[in-house]
Amino acid sequence: MSTSIDFLLWVRGPGFDIALFIFIVGVLIRLLEVLILGRKPDYSEPRGAELGAGLLTLVTRTAPEGGSFKRSPFTVVGGYIWHIGFLVSLFLFVPHIELIDSVLGIRWPGIASNLVDAIAAVTIVTLVAMLFSRLTHPVKRFLSGPEDYLTWVVTFLPMLTGYLAYHRMIDPYPLVLGLHILSVELLMVLFPFTKLMHAFTFIIARWYNGAMAGRRGVQS
Amino acid sequence: MSEATLERGMNAFREQMNAPVASFFSSCVNCGMCAEACLFYTETGDPKYTPIHKLEPLRRVWEQEYTLWGRLKSMFGLSKPVTDELLEEWETLIYDGCTLCGRCSMVCPVGNDISYMIRRAREGFVAAGYAPEGIKGASRRAVTIGSPMGVKFPALAAQIKHVEADSGLTIPVDVEGADYMALLSSMEIMNFPEYLEALAKIFKQAGVTWTISSEAFEATNSGIQIGSSDIARELVNRVVVAAEKLKVKYVISPECGHAYTAIRWEGPNLIGRPYDFKVVHILELLDELRSAGRLKTEGTEDDRLTFHDPCQIVRKGGVLEPPRNLLNMVATNFVDMNDSREMNWCCGGGGGVSANERAEELRIKAFKRKKTQLDELNVETLVTACANCRLIIEEGLEEYRMEMPVVGLTEMIAEHLVEDEK
Repeated sequence: MSTSIDFLLWVRGPGFDIALFIFIVGVLIRLLEVLILGRKPDYSEPRGAELGAGLLTLVTRTAPEGGSFKRSPFTVVGGYIWHIGFLVSLFLFVPHIELIDSVLGIRWPGIASNLVDAIAAVTIVTLVAMLFSRLTHPVKRFLSGPEDYLTWVVTFLPMLTGYLAYHRMIDPYPLVLGLHILSVELLMVLFPFTKLMHAFTFIIARWYNGAMAGRRGVQS
Repeated sequence: MSEATLERGMNAFREQMNAPVASFFSSCVNCGMCAEACLFYTETGDPKYTPIHKLEPLRRVWEQEYTLWGRLKSMFGLSKPVTDELLEEWETLIYDGCTLCGRCSMVCPVGNDISYMIRRAREGFVAAGYAPEGIKGASRRAVTIGSPMGVKFPALAAQIKHVEADSGLTIPVDVEGADYMALLSSMEIMNFPEYLEALAKIFKQAGVTWTISSEAFEATNSGIQIGSSDIARELVNRVVVAAEKLKVKYVISPECGHAYTAIRWEGPNLIGRPYDFKVVHILELLDELRSAGRLKTEGTEDDRLTFHDPCQIVRKGGVLEPPRNLLNMVATNFVDMNDSREMNWCCGGGGGVSANERAEELRIKAFKRKKTQLDELNVETLVTACANCRLIIEEGLEEYRMEMPVVGLTEMIAEHLVEDEK
């Protein structure tokens, strides 16, 4: 029992600090690496303004283009479900809000824990289905390399361990809670070094896409 | 041109690296949705045609040289290098299996502009010596002779004489101070001289002063297709010099897709400054004349007809509504395809694919997408606004035994012009 408490104390203390440091510094470096490259001035006469078109694409790309939805319904629907489920579990579960409040001093209302529980269950099932799809869909299987599977694992583990901890399915409780926090730390540490970075860089990518098309008079 | 080497190729890749490219590679999660937007994948079912996969060589350069983690990985020998073998293998994906149509860039959920990157990746391929013979030959002819099909001014002069004799119209050549300077594509000069006659008729009726330059009449730009900024710059510069010499206010890009991209969007960046003149696409100009009441037509086309959007003019060029406005002026039964305007499907021959003999079999396969679109509509006539699309579509229709006239929009308008009194 005492070892599991020691473990929990470590992952909550120094472990978390290390992971948070790597996450923040890593993400900043990665964003800087992108932005520092800049782009050359465009001397062609614009047909439309870049700013508005870029911002609009940033929002509209969230919804799939009609034909793509018909051609990849599983990827689209599955993608929505687990992304939303993951974010709800992360930001609307009351104990998580308490944690954020204790670190950053900001808080917002959460939702009922049993609702988060149900959403988390759906998210876990969807993530498994997404993995299955990656392993079987000809294009996804062809494209996927070790990094795609690694990022799946580190995304899946916090959901799974969180679910196990909430339901106290592993004894002792400090152990499963510690494992949950550790899995989040793994996610945070690997985040800047993998395609998990898309969670930040998609904003830049969508903006450039929309801006460059908007300049030519097309809303992309 | 200096000799192509892997080293030069790598340098060219590095020159293409910028914030958009880095943000795109950082964001890809291999969801595979771009495959479904690409006619080379949908018609072959082969995952190697997934658009983002075609960029693997450029992606490696980015990861290994422009990310901290990638640099660390290379230091410990953990990354796969870019080699001659890799470029040789990828050459067919990036040249034969991509028309730079840009449809993938419209669907990527994280917003990657994939065709923007393919255009840039080609710079590295050509510098390393991995480009198809057909496009290399076209580029060589464009630089040395002045046109990718080897058309010199005397050939155009002969066509001009022909058209003038047939129509009784005058085609002005080298007229200083004209408002507009018209460019043509070799394909139009050789295969569709009707375009030239159509211009003469329309401009006469609308009272537009225009000219052709004997020094720079070719609008196409093989440099853009092969991905060589050096060649592209040389070709654009000829037009710029001629237009500024004749002191025209506008240069008219003809019914050719990539010519518009070359002169309208890439040109000023290639020469590193804005032009002293404006560039208009012929359809934009006709639509302007229409809305100013200077384009008067009579009679209508009553066939059920549709419009094939040339990718570079519409999705990548922003000329979306002018063709529709013009068609509605003369056609009573115009229908749009299921995917149209910025979501249109390519004919399969853009981006240099039509000049690449090796790609023919694949291109014919990819044309099935257009065939499906046409079958859905049950139309009698297809109208388009790009000489290259037109030729590719005619070939495709013949291959699949479909009987359907393919008409250039400018000519269609010209045929319905109200004849002058005199």
